[in-house]
Amino acid sequence: MGDVILTMKDIDKSFPGVHALDHVNFEVKRGEVHALMGENGAGKSTLMKVLTGIYTKDSGSITFEGKEVEFHNTREAQDAGIVIVHQELNMLGHLTVAQNIFIGREFKKGIRIDDKKMNEEAAKLFEKLHIDIDPAETMSNLTVGKQQMCEIAKAISHEAKVIIFDEPSAALTEAEIEELFKIIRDLRQQQLGIVYISHRMDEIKVITDRVTVMRDGGYVGTLITDECTKDDIINMMVGRVIYEDPKTESAVPKDAPVVLKVEHLNAGKMVQDVSFELRKGEILGFSGLMGAGRTETARAIFGADPKTSGDIYIDGKKVEINNPQDAVKCGIGYLSEDRKRFGIVVQKSVAENSTMASMENFVKGLFINKSKENKVAQEYVDSLATKTPGVDQLVVNLSGGNQQKVVIAKWLIRNCDILIFDEPTRGIDVGAKNEIYKLMNRLAEEGKSIIMISSEMTEILRMSDRIIVMCEGRKTGEIDISEASQEIIMNMATREI
Amino acid sequence: MSKAVVNAPAEKKKSMFSKSGNQKLIVLLVVIFLFIFFSIFSENFRRYTTVLSIMDYSYYIALMAIGVTFPLITGGVDLSIGTGLICYSLAGGYLVVHCGWPTWAGMLVSVLFGVLIGLLNGALVSIMSLPPFLATLCTCMITRGLGSICAKSFGISWPTTGSEGSWFRDIFKITIGDTKYPLGLLWVLLLVMFMAFVLNHTKIGRYTIAIGSNKEATILSGINVKFYHIMAYVISGFFAGLASIAYSAVFSTVQPGTGAGFELEAIGGAIIGGVSASGGAGSVGGSLLGVFVICLLKTGLPYIGLQANWQQIITGMVLIGAVMVDILKKKRAAAV
Repeated sequence: MGDVILTMKDIDKSFPGVHALDHVNFEVKRGEVHALMGENGAGKSTLMKVLTGIYTKDSGSITFEGKEVEFHNTREAQDAGIVIVHQELNMLGHLTVAQNIFIGREFKKGIRIDDKKMNEEAAKLFEKLHIDIDPAETMSNLTVGKQQMCEIAKAISHEAKVIIFDEPSAALTEAEIEELFKIIRDLRQQQLGIVYISHRMDEIKVITDRVTVMRDGGYVGTLITDECTKDDIINMMVGRVIYEDPKTESAVPKDAPVVLKVEHLNAGKMVQDVSFELRKGEILGFSGLMGAGRTETARAIFGADPKTSGDIYIDGKKVEINNPQDAVKCGIGYLSEDRKRFGIVVQKSVAENSTMASMENFVKGLFINKSKENKVAQEYVDSLATKTPGVDQLVVNLSGGNQQKVVIAKWLIRNCDILIFDEPTRGIDVGAKNEIYKLMNRLAEEGKSIIMISSEMTEILRMSDRIIVMCEGRKTGEIDISEASQEIIMNMATREI
Repeated sequence: MSKAVVNAPAEKKKSMFSKSGNQKLIVLLVVIFLFIFFSIFSENFRRYTTVLSIMDYSYYIALMAIGVTFPLITGGVDLSIGTGLICYSLAGGYLVVHCGWPTWAGMLVSVLFGVLIGLLNGALVSIMSLPPFLATLCTCMITRGLGSICAKSFGISWPTTGSEGSWFRDIFKITIGDTKYPLGLLWVLLLVMFMAFVLNHTKIGRYTIAIGSNKEATILSGINVKFYHIMAYVISGFFAGLASIAYSAVFSTVQPGTGAGFELEAIGGAIIGGVSASGGAGSVGGSLLGVFVICLLKTGLPYIGLQANWQQIITGMVLIGAVMVDILKKKRAAAV
């Protein structure tokens, strides 16, 4: 490890309502791989966006190669030698590999773009990196792993001094990860500073020299990788926060009937052999890190994505669910994590949204029975305490929490007994969160069964009767709330399979 | 050195089959098949005059298709080229016929008018962020109205063959001795080659494809996306202007209020020729071949006793086929 090339000191950044970065410190040395870790929403990405000029910091300083710098866009950061290899690849599928690498700075002969020279330069670059890719190949024909190699080559071609890898291994196979590590070690050899963002504990131990941990937008600490254990890092990531009223034991009797049973469910790479049971009146928490396959599991159960194999039983009877209509007929309601895209029609009224899934009950002949629709919608506005001036109000004018209540009303009116809540409180402020929690508890008491997918550990521990943990498409743990703790869950969520 | 020589042909072959080459080949075969098919079933179709009339009908659509290929590749569309074509022709023609301007000046006005509307389309799409469908639908209506105003609601006849200033008609169909030659085909082919060069070997073309592939990533690469996005529509407008000259030269009278629907033949041709309906992929040569498919159907089907209505239905079905091919290709690519 050489001298310090990049120092970020006391970086502070607020968005309306959120203190995203709270005086964070971070440094990178030449020839080191520095891991940046933290739970979802801890602020890692925000910090890197501040560094590369996508966000502007409110206060603090960035020193790069001994000089204080401030970048206003990614281009400026690139020119200075700081590049980021994004998790979602920024590639242009219809162009060739070389054309992608040199986009925006093509070699030219007169007005003609010199593709031959670009291919040659790209080939040299690949040779330097010991990568075997044909520069003239069309980008979309490459595997995700090779595409990532191209992104790295592109980064190097900018004469990068610091390269940030944002969860580079998320979409890679084992063999590709090996290749990636080889390249990263090469780069380290060449005295580049490397920031490595990842959730995978095992990778961190293999490839990094130091680890900096962030939590809730704050800086927790920096450790030398060889001198710490996985548990040390997990402890720093979860911290010791006191929660208001976490459940200490399950509210569901041991002999409550099983309403939903899923056996050996498979759907693509993200859902592999998932089995579990859901009991009447239970809130079953699904925990795991981003990309663990929880949403994919829910969508496969709901019939929104095709499943390759697996059986689903409702009240002990085997059912065929091939599309969301089938699922709704079986009494399953799905509350999407992306409310605006999949949950509600924002330009329609509260009443129209409430009855959307059960239209046939509100149709008289050819016409919609408006008065019945309004009456039923009003009942649910009252019982869920939805704050709206009236049922004819457009949903777009409601707050996030109240929008969520309209979605809940929609499925309750449809008589769904199994509700899948995918990130039920995302984008909802603290006060409204409590109300949604209360409502979920009440629904469970009334005999509804709830699957709750959540990335917030506090939410999982506070709401669940039982917790299922997933990691990379597999169920890696199942635990009763009376035995659960953050550490145990985090361990399961980062478990090597 | 020897290695490069060995590699070169192999690479060429691969790229021909991995890119749009495959579809171009199929469309070329369809063109040849249609030609032979109609020739077998209709004696009248086999005549040289029929070939000439197919050419006459295809020039303006082909020119529009060359231009509209660019907005289509960015993932947009240009609906204003059909009514625009009539508008530009009327504007230029009015100056020539009623104001005594020389023919070349009228032609220049037609083209510049097209560029101007292209600029407007580009600005609406790129700077004002209007959806291309809406932006160009508006300019489609505007140009229809403007055309009628320019011509004071009367039809305009550019100088007819034999009269003074009619030389421009020879650009597209020249009479040498007793034979007429479809000279326009030569210009169209040259323009196709030139624009294929622009698309594949210049920044304008490269960034047009880039915008259609992934606009966000193109912006992040530090490219002036606004400018290049506008350029795609300017090219489309410019070629609508050229198409208006072809139209003025081929037809005796230009009627205000017509032109709606021309753009669909050009866009349909481009899509049959392999332009992806969702942007990113396409070729100028393919678009030209696609236009020939449409024009052959349009002129050929009446010869075997099918009415114009059937031509539309069959063209529609061919289009569905072309779009299906595009979708299947994408699915296969996603499965990799």
